[in-house]
Amino acid sequence: MISKKDVEHIGWLARIKLSDEEKEEFTGQLNTILDYFAKLDEIDPSVTPTHHVSGIENVFRDDVAKESLGQEDVLRNAPRKEEGFFKGPRIV
Amino acid sequence: MKDVIIGLEVHVQLNKLNSKLFCGCSTKYHDSGPNTHTCPVCLGLPGALPVLNRTAVEAAIKVALALNCEIAEQTLFYRKNYYYPDLPKGFQISQYDYPIAIKGNLVIEGDGERNIRIRRVHMEEDPARLVHKGPIEKSKYSLIDYNRSGMALLEIVTEPDLRSPKEARQFLNKLRNILEYLDVFDGYLEGAIRVDANISLTGGARAEVKNISSYKGVEKALSFEIVRQKNLMRRGINVVQETRHYDEARGVTISLRTKEEEKDYRYFPEPDLVPFKAKEGVPKIKKTLPELPDAKRRRFVEQYNISEHHAKVLTSEFKLANFFENVAGKVDTNQAATWIADVLKGELNYRGLGIDAFSPKHTIQILRMLREKNITEKGAVQVIRALLDEGGTPTEIVKQKGLLKVDVGEIAKAVDEAIKENLAAVKDYHAGKDEAFHFLIGQVMKKTSGKADPDAVNKLLREKL
Repeated sequence: MISKKDVEHIGWLARIKLSDEEKEEFTGQLNTILDYFAKLDEIDPSVTPTHHVSGIENVFRDDVAKESLGQEDVLRNAPRKEEGFFKGPRIV
Repeated sequence: MKDVIIGLEVHVQLNKLNSKLFCGCSTKYHDSGPNTHTCPVCLGLPGALPVLNRTAVEAAIKVALALNCEIAEQTLFYRKNYYYPDLPKGFQISQYDYPIAIKGNLVIEGDGERNIRIRRVHMEEDPARLVHKGPIEKSKYSLIDYNRSGMALLEIVTEPDLRSPKEARQFLNKLRNILEYLDVFDGYLEGAIRVDANISLTGGARAEVKNISSYKGVEKALSFEIVRQKNLMRRGINVVQETRHYDEARGVTISLRTKEEEKDYRYFPEPDLVPFKAKEGVPKIKKTLPELPDAKRRRFVEQYNISEHHAKVLTSEFKLANFFENVAGKVDTNQAATWIADVLKGELNYRGLGIDAFSPKHTIQILRMLREKNITEKGAVQVIRALLDEGGTPTEIVKQKGLLKVDVGEIAKAVDEAIKENLAAVKDYHAGKDEAFHFLIGQVMKKTSGKADPDAVNKLLREKL
């Protein structure tokens, strides 16, 4: 069961602010989703986990440097920038 | 006295690669402006797909083998999810279960040999660099440079086997030395190494100190933590388990009050990268492993018949060891070991220089002049200093500074003068005062500007007295 407190924590991890109504709403929705996935509990846990379904392994590229994007292009979509840097909120 | 328990998580950049871990952006960004070495992959733009750098994997395996690790049969990448401006994707591609290597060890020489167990070695991408104007806790915003984003990192995790800040430093020095021998790492580049340290005292909880980015910083941050934790305990306050940030400028650690725990990272297998069989490549990579520091040290003692201490100093840096071997064949090996390990290394350290700043050819010339007694030991030191500070060649400097040793005739003349001018001292000498003799030697050395052979002066003076 996901509690309202869990939703608050998940909201904090995602750095989003949730209103009280949203917290209630998401708690309900997340529990519905979890219930659906409860089907997985029926699986025998001794089977080897499937991390990938393609069966492809060992895909590499050679260590060759290629041209990068220019600074101007890189920053074109940035809402805030300063002296060639992206500018963002300080988080500590 | 409480026991100190330290474990390290060392992040080293594989900065000798040509390109980043998952994209072709160049790793040579250190002298360029911000955000000049990025592409859709390392900027985390939608739809961009990572492809693993083969040489980075080989480098990781080399390091793991050098640390005596078991290489994984099959290894996987995971997404470590957290939301922070240095991660453009909202997650870091890292490893979790199935790291590339586990269970190794590294022997350090502290007070006797100490075996430090390695828990695991895993690969991950480096986050971006954040720049703050002024101190971090006061700045209003972060500036972000994604040039570093996507650089190949190795995280090397030790067991809690280190017992002092000094041992932690020794571990890092040894690790750095091995990485440089393997030619996968340049420790002089900015951001090359970053360390998180777990530290606790017996009876207390452990603190994780993050963001230590220099070798000296590790020792300082840990020493600070020991004092802080001891003080809390002395006052009967519980040490709480927490993450602390090391403030290099002030030399203190600050509580971060983070609410993130491991489960919050919601690790899951990276769907864009397929598994790879690491162990398959081991036999081939093993053949490319160079002689490592410990083996080289043993060989130096045996082959060149030099002291254990000199061999240790000379092999403590890959380049220094090569330098010694270039010189050793051409002059007396013991003389070379002494002058390089004791004198030259000291002069370089004093100036904050590496061995690259000096030439083997000049070293050979100086050592030959010394051997043929053309210059005194003091003169040789002067030549080394002049070469480092002013440049030029040894022969030029010897000539310019008049360092050629004075011949016996001149010494005799200086001795006669010294005796004549210091009759009181001569009298004292005959009265059995040793200091008077040393005084007279000093006078002779002064007259010859320190260029006379001390043995010759000693002998002549005694005769004449």
